Amino acid sequence: MRPARPLSKPVVIAAAHDGRSRVVSALADLRESLRLWPLVWTLSFYDIRLRYRGSLLGPFWLTLSTAVMIGAIGFVYSRLFHENVAAYLPFLAISLVLWGFISVITAEGATCFSSSADMIRSRRMAHTVHPARVVVRNLLVLAHNLAVIVVVFFIYPQHFSWSLLSELPALALWVVDAFAVSLLLGVIGARFRDVPPIVGSIMQIAFYVTPIMWSPTMLVHRGLGFSLMLIDMNPVYGLLQIVRGPLLGQALDTSAWINALCYSIVLVLASFLLFVRARPRIPYWV
Amino acid sequence: MAKLLVEDVSVSFPLYHGESRSLKKTMFAAASGRMGQDAKHRLTVEALRSVSFSLDTGDRLGLIGSNGAGKTTLLRTMAGIYEPVAGRMVVDGVVTALLDPGQGMNFELTGNENIRMRALYSGYSGLQIKTLQEDVAVFSELGDFLSLPVRTYSSGMIVRLGFALATDIHPQILLMDEWILAGDAAFLGKARGRLETMVGHAEILVLSSHNPAILMQWCNRLIWMDGGRVRADGTPEEILSAYLPQEQFQEAKAAADRAAMAAA
Repeated sequence: MRPARPLSKPVVIAAAHDGRSRVVSALADLRESLRLWPLVWTLSFYDIRLRYRGSLLGPFWLTLSTAVMIGAIGFVYSRLFHENVAAYLPFLAISLVLWGFISVITAEGATCFSSSADMIRSRRMAHTVHPARVVVRNLLVLAHNLAVIVVVFFIYPQHFSWSLLSELPALALWVVDAFAVSLLLGVIGARFRDVPPIVGSIMQIAFYVTPIMWSPTMLVHRGLGFSLMLIDMNPVYGLLQIVRGPLLGQALDTSAWINALCYSIVLVLASFLLFVRARPRIPYWV
Repeated sequence: MAKLLVEDVSVSFPLYHGESRSLKKTMFAAASGRMGQDAKHRLTVEALRSVSFSLDTGDRLGLIGSNGAGKTTLLRTMAGIYEPVAGRMVVDGVVTALLDPGQGMNFELTGNENIRMRALYSGYSGLQIKTLQEDVAVFSELGDFLSLPVRTYSSGMIVRLGFALATDIHPQILLMDEWILAGDAAFLGKARGRLETMVGHAEILVLSSHNPAILMQWCNRLIWMDGGRVRADGTPEEILSAYLPQEQFQEAKAAADRAAMAAA
């Protein structure tokens, strides 16, 4: 025998033209995704498992390949930049791991609806499950990569201060932003199929103009004033810095926090408004 | 008590891609009369146009019509997948939709993983998931195949798994597309038994099929879809006698009578 289904209330599905009912449906969608949390978790977990099915190391390939990349780049670039390996390698390890998270979130976020087309067309379900799946999947990847950072810190110990406590709100902000950006790009990417490759190339440029391989302190003594604008206005820099700074033993960076919070508010608002508007159309687009 | 109300529902699919404005398409559109333009002058295919009807407990509705008449779109709209562009629906009761054999399964995952996923979609908890897994394993007779990826299955095996997964014993509102009636003969006998139990227990049934005998046997009302509109709505006999050529209608009637005799 199958378990009995819960009783349900009448559902009204109407062509919503007024703003209020659209907002109500969008919020109901978000609530439903929260309720389906075990599903989101299992989908993400299976994604990782599938990617490494049949391989010997399994998901620890993530850890290993990150370690190899950081080791190799770290030694080469510390020479190129005339930096001390002990100072450069921890910086690089954190930067690359965090950047990996950001760039994969934007790439996979942009296809989060179009790659789940079969699921979307097979039954009525909360649409926000798909961006949530992208975020949880990449948090799992991030967790595997954290092992590399731990090892680097073990070899080159850092002096942490109280600012380390700010990691918690910073990570919470990252999760919110990751979800918002997946949803935003996912909706746009479902409607305009040229968006995912465009996002890819924009992120490639962002990688070079954002202090990831290089740190701002390397520029200051060269008097490259204009480059500092890249940092102050850069939407990624604030977010990177609020996580990276405290891990490198730096004090709380207020301007980075302000930068990160301002961009986050804009991002979350834009993402929510777009979702409110486009939610009923997603099954037609995918 | 289940209830399904469809009021003036229209569904249209936007055609966004550049070629939709080509001369050929425009000519075709003018000829078939199915194309429209929305407020922003984008081309759309009008899949459903002002469809209205209401269903109450005990109604067994069959949908007929040629390919592309809007039967599947109507089923998907009733399942809540496509939200209508105009009009509204009121759905009172748990909807079970059997629309295609794949049903959003991930073919890379194993059978068991797909079962687990399905259970989680429905919000089942630990023990309920286990029950479902056992139930599907017994009914589908897939045995050890359930621990292999679904892409290694034959298409018949996929139908079995999909069928076993989707067939809740007590659905309130059951929406079915005709794939459910396909499958190998041995399995079909078993599937039919279960399907008939399900159909019997469902408070409302909506079935889209090209098989007149099945429609006559299972339905007490038919809607004839044509070009996205309801062309006719009535008892199976009325509608089928208008829809089918005379001799086919007689054949179907005889087949349905035989089936009814066999069941009784």
